[in-house]
Amino acid sequence: MFDNLSEKLQALFKRLRGHGTLTEANIQEALREVRLALLEADVHYKVVKEFIESVKEKALGQEVLQSLTPGQQLLKVVHQELVRLMGEGERRLNLSGSPASLMLVGLQGSGKTTTAAKLAKWLRAQGKTVGMVPADVYRPAAIEQLEQLGRMLNVPVYKPAQGEDPVSISVKSQNWAREKGLQVLILDTAGRLHIDEPLMEELRKIKVAVAPKEVLLVVDAMTGQDAVQIAQSFNEKLQITGVILTKLDGDARGGAALSIRAVTLRPIVLVGVGEKLDALEVFYPDRMASRILGMGDVLTLIEKAQAAYDEKKALELERKLRKEEFTLEDLLEQIRQVRKMGPLEDLVKMIPGAGNIRGALDPTFGEKELKKMEAIICSMTKEERRNHTIINGSRRLRIAKGSGTTVQDVNRLLKNFLEMRKMMKKMGKMRRFAMGRGIPLWSR
Amino acid sequence: MAMIFMREDRQMAGSEEKRGFWGGLREGLRKTREGLVRRLDRILSGKARLDFQTIEELEELLITADMGVGTVQRLIQKVDSTLRGGSGQGPDLIRSRVKEAIVEILQPREAPLEVDRARPFVIMVIGVNGVGKTTTIAKMGWMWKREGKRVMFVAADTFRAAAIEQLVAWGDRLGIEVVRQQHGADPSAVVFDALQAAKARSLDVVIVDTAGRLHTKTNLMDELKKIQRVAGRVQEGAPHEVLLILDATTGQNALSQAKLFHQALGVTGMAMTKLDGTAKGGILVALAWELGIPIRFVGVGEQMEALQVFRAREFADVLLGDEEG
Ligand SMILES: Nc1nc2c(ncn2[C@@H]2O[C@H](COP(=O)(O)OP(=O)(O)O)[C@@H](O)[C@H]2O)c(=O)[nH]1
Ligand SMILES: [Mg+2]
Repeated sequence: MFDNLSEKLQALFKRLRGHGTLTEANIQEALREVRLALLEADVHYKVVKEFIESVKEKALGQEVLQSLTPGQQLLKVVHQELVRLMGEGERRLNLSGSPASLMLVGLQGSGKTTTAAKLAKWLRAQGKTVGMVPADVYRPAAIEQLEQLGRMLNVPVYKPAQGEDPVSISVKSQNWAREKGLQVLILDTAGRLHIDEPLMEELRKIKVAVAPKEVLLVVDAMTGQDAVQIAQSFNEKLQITGVILTKLDGDARGGAALSIRAVTLRPIVLVGVGEKLDALEVFYPDRMASRILGMGDVLTLIEKAQAAYDEKKALELERKLRKEEFTLEDLLEQIRQVRKMGPLEDLVKMIPGAGNIRGALDPTFGEKELKKMEAIICSMTKEERRNHTIINGSRRLRIAKGSGTTVQDVNRLLKNFLEMRKMMKKMGKMRRFAMGRGIPLWSR
Repeated sequence: MAMIFMREDRQMAGSEEKRGFWGGLREGLRKTREGLVRRLDRILSGKARLDFQTIEELEELLITADMGVGTVQRLIQKVDSTLRGGSGQGPDLIRSRVKEAIVEILQPREAPLEVDRARPFVIMVIGVNGVGKTTTIAKMGWMWKREGKRVMFVAADTFRAAAIEQLVAWGDRLGIEVVRQQHGADPSAVVFDALQAAKARSLDVVIVDTAGRLHTKTNLMDELKKIQRVAGRVQEGAPHEVLLILDATTGQNALSQAKLFHQALGVTGMAMTKLDGTAKGGILVALAWELGIPIRFVGVGEQMEALQVFRAREFADVLLGDEEG
């Protein structure tokens, strides 16, 4: 599902080459593609409309940089504009006061309870003493769920009295926190529809009673066009201070993020990227922008890669990967190209879903490692490089000696190489566009 | 004290007075519809044909209902071509054509779930996290229990904290037996034991609750395949229904969910929850168009009665705000 836009734009880039400035005529078609991509990513219809207008305004008349085609230049404007709209840099939570209450609100099933636990863990790692408060008395076993999570994390959880209502729970938990000397209190409220007046009123009462330092709207990254209504209602009634986007570990493009920003102007503070309790990350507008457009951080990749890579070689490599003819020799070639482009970590970060790839790679995988790998492969014979299966024990010893490494290093390289082939096969078709520039990108 | 019951009372009142237990979809979707009616009226009043502006407005209406831009374009093309060359292209005609086109797409997917085909009839409920699987199970259980069927719930979400307790709480409330093991147990082992018991006692319906999971996680999909295999080993043909739950709030990602779950397990039915909010669930039209999977139910609230059998025409009426149907 990530392939569309980049392929279409790629075709457009080619057609548009040779224009000097961005004009109404040469960006029209590309803008249409961008519009489709945004709609497919679930950005709200009206938000898309406004966005396209503002991009057009910014782009028209711009001179096309030497190294770029008009299409690429336009995409750069699109991307910059998306980042500008979504970000204001890292936003820290306000944790002043004793205790500082953080209130989590949102629709049913958006992930509040899990997020409460993740947040507790996250804040404790920053040296805070944290407690959690179950203010969801409606959903069966919701209180039990938070209690269990608290036990798992060893985080204290306020115990409501039998039949205690959410407002009272929230108020009493404040004293409880003070007695226990807790610095931060996370209030997990019941999921509710934004149009449910009595329940929205309940939230307002809680807010007035505990004066939370943050009111965080928890939204599912898969949310569609309704995100606008949801965010607007919650914001109007509660003046939310920030947004947490959940379930970003899936394949949702996450256009809701842009919609929500557009209607609330509130920052997206954190994102949830898995069911494990440490799967919480700060929000990066540039990664989100790329994700919504359905491509890696293409522009940076384009710029970096163009300088370093010979297109023909890339095409040949792509063919080999497809046919599983990828050899150690090719790996060597890749390593050399990558080293020309700068630190690998940085490159990997630009790829959407890089979490998967980063996980698959050795964490120590860096510049030094690349150098070592290069040395090892250079110490192999041509034959060995073309056919890794012949590299037996004695050959490994010889290679290690020749490259000034250990047999373990050689083993690890071979293991990584095999993993890589396997992964490529598993991850399915390569992103042709990105491959054309020498960086393998995978769609998930 | 009173707070806990307030909500329940309010819901009961709403459902019994206005809707009746298995009444039409309309009441549940009233809120969704009102905005839509007004907009559609505005769009369609006085327009003689699908001119450029009308198309754009129609497109907006349908896209904001989460129908998806591709589906909307195809739909509009379809309607536009049936109107072209015809005479008397008034707004009423356009409206009915749009609706007919949607009904035509949805109708083939209208196939209520028949649980009398096997005994016990085993239903495996799947979907991503938080879509409403457990709640829908409670609602279905309640529906069949009221019909006098003997129902069993199986707590095969052994992963999420208090998921077992949640299902047990529902079981207690509804008077339905819940087969469970401890947190962290192998879900297929839970299913194995439960099915053997259900078979021995010749129960009517067994509903298996599974842990929510993202469709992109292959290892977790494998876990579901295993549950499916194990069920089939205890009873031939089980699970008879692999029911995918989708959340109406979800946008285009529902397509990916349906496709990947279907690929992995062979989904035999779908249900859409949370249609009592302002989300329109238009993605169902795209799903109906692209996949041949029956749509069984829609969920319109958190209480046990808030489940309705999917009816194509009602859904289309509601989507386009046509009260009379
Ligand atoms: N408004 C509304 N909420 C629902 C509906 N179905 C489920 N929910 C709520 O969504 C939340 C998640 O439901 P649950 O059944 O636990 O989801 P699961 O994780 O898929 O099992 C709960 O708060 C439910 O009450 C529905 O049709 N309408
Ligand atoms: Mg559940």
